[in-house]
Amino acid sequence: MGSFKNQACIVGIGQTKYSRGPGTGKTDLSLQLEASIAALDDAGLQRSDIDGVLPFVCLGIAEEFAVHLGIEDLRYQSTSHLGGAAPGASLANAAMAVTAGLADTILIPGGWYGFSGRRVREVVVADTTVMSGGPTARDFYFPFGLTAPPQWFSFIARRHMHEYGTKSEQLGAIAVAQRKHAQLNPHALTRGKELTLEKYLSSAVISDPYRLFDCSLEADGAAAFIVTTAERARDLKQKPIYVMSVTQGQPYPADDLVTRDDVFQLGLTSAAPRAFAMAGVTHDDIDFAQIYDPFTFQVLQQIEELGFCKRGEGGAFVEGGRIELGGKLPVNTHGGLLSEAHVLGMNHFVEAVRQLRGEAGERQVQDAEIGLVTGFGDFGDGSIAILRR
Amino acid sequence: MSEQSYAKPLPLMRGSTKEFYDHCKNGELRFQRCTDCGKWRHVPREMCAKCGSWNWEWARSSGRGEVFTWTVVQRAMHPAFPGDVPYAPAIIQMQEGVRLVSWVADCPPEELKMGMPVEVIFERVTDEVTLPKFKRAAKR
Ligand SMILES: [Zn+2]
Repeated sequence: MGSFKNQACIVGIGQTKYSRGPGTGKTDLSLQLEASIAALDDAGLQRSDIDGVLPFVCLGIAEEFAVHLGIEDLRYQSTSHLGGAAPGASLANAAMAVTAGLADTILIPGGWYGFSGRRVREVVVADTTVMSGGPTARDFYFPFGLTAPPQWFSFIARRHMHEYGTKSEQLGAIAVAQRKHAQLNPHALTRGKELTLEKYLSSAVISDPYRLFDCSLEADGAAAFIVTTAERARDLKQKPIYVMSVTQGQPYPADDLVTRDDVFQLGLTSAAPRAFAMAGVTHDDIDFAQIYDPFTFQVLQQIEELGFCKRGEGGAFVEGGRIELGGKLPVNTHGGLLSEAHVLGMNHFVEAVRQLRGEAGERQVQDAEIGLVTGFGDFGDGSIAILRR
Repeated sequence: MSEQSYAKPLPLMRGSTKEFYDHCKNGELRFQRCTDCGKWRHVPREMCAKCGSWNWEWARSSGRGEVFTWTVVQRAMHPAFPGDVPYAPAIIQMQEGVRLVSWVADCPPEELKMGMPVEVIFERVTDEVTLPKFKRAAKR
């Protein structure tokens, strides 16, 4: 393992404006093309330089990207089916493809009209192919009114509260920390809308124990990044961001959240040790973590499964500013899906690259050298990338 | 309730999913059990992941279990459920070791407790589909 370590780089990032409004009538594809062009400009590349495209599941196909971008010789394409873990899984595909010589320059786009268009709650019920547990959910969860992510993840949170004494205030600490970070981010939808623990605790219950502010911010928006070899990256416009490692994993069984012997197991439980080993770094080397955050508890749980603390200690870990800028492990420095926008975790990669380039402005993590990015898909699929400048 | 007026999602009635729900329609909760190693399983699968056997039976469950965890839905996310809020999908841990999603039909959400003993009941929702639900049971 590790043949692509430090051999593949992210050389361009792009995004659209993130918004929650009436929508524009354009397509998900159009939004993603806009982000892709921005990433090309950022990298100083031409459309025709792209010879690989790794589209997001159910949000576009490689042929559409190729025909719009004028890519006449598309040498590589593939789509990961790990939902929110797909950006990381696609980065792994890209790193393998460019280091194996299957393609030179690969585009990874992702984005949607997730606010003004179809909501996730509609998509997961309408299309059982969007997540690994689709058929299980259709036949054994949906008939009982367990139809949407905040519902199925909140009962895992409740079990964690029961076994380890995790408190709502600790979930609130995550929401508050990320909202603080968003105040420093001009792209964040919640900039100017501060959140206190009191406001968090008094917000409406959505699916107990999840309140409104435990839930991510459905949004319209897209982001994209571009991957090439370290050798090629040297001649490009931006300081390359190196892929030290990127791995993926799934809990067992992946397609059923409720029958697992270990209900707290995630894809990250096995993927994280592999990623740290491949990168050859320890937890102390990590300067920030952009953690896929559909809901607050999934941040706490991933911090545990990443190994930053023992299982059951995540509640204490997230308190006292440890995950805030200036703390030991700043988490979701852009505000994350909770407070920047739900852009499928593509925005976590964009933020990681900005931090490692030293372009994060007011929210810059000082001397950020190594950072990690996780992805999380239904029902707990995981990916993790360890990146360095 | 007639088929026409039932708006909630239904399982796709085919294969072993249909067989599971057909047993419910007959008033029996049955799960797959490997006839070689004896391992119970749910949701239905083609083969035994423990021993690799293709041999299995629909074994009758005791119908008894306990509440493993639950959520209380205050804001419905599907158009057929607003009339039910607050409702509490619960994971039931069966005596046989398998878990399934259901409701404790006779228990208001605020009275649910971890480990609460429950036993199966059946709710016919359409001519074709009967759902396994649960009611509070005495501690045994
Ligand atoms: Zn067996």
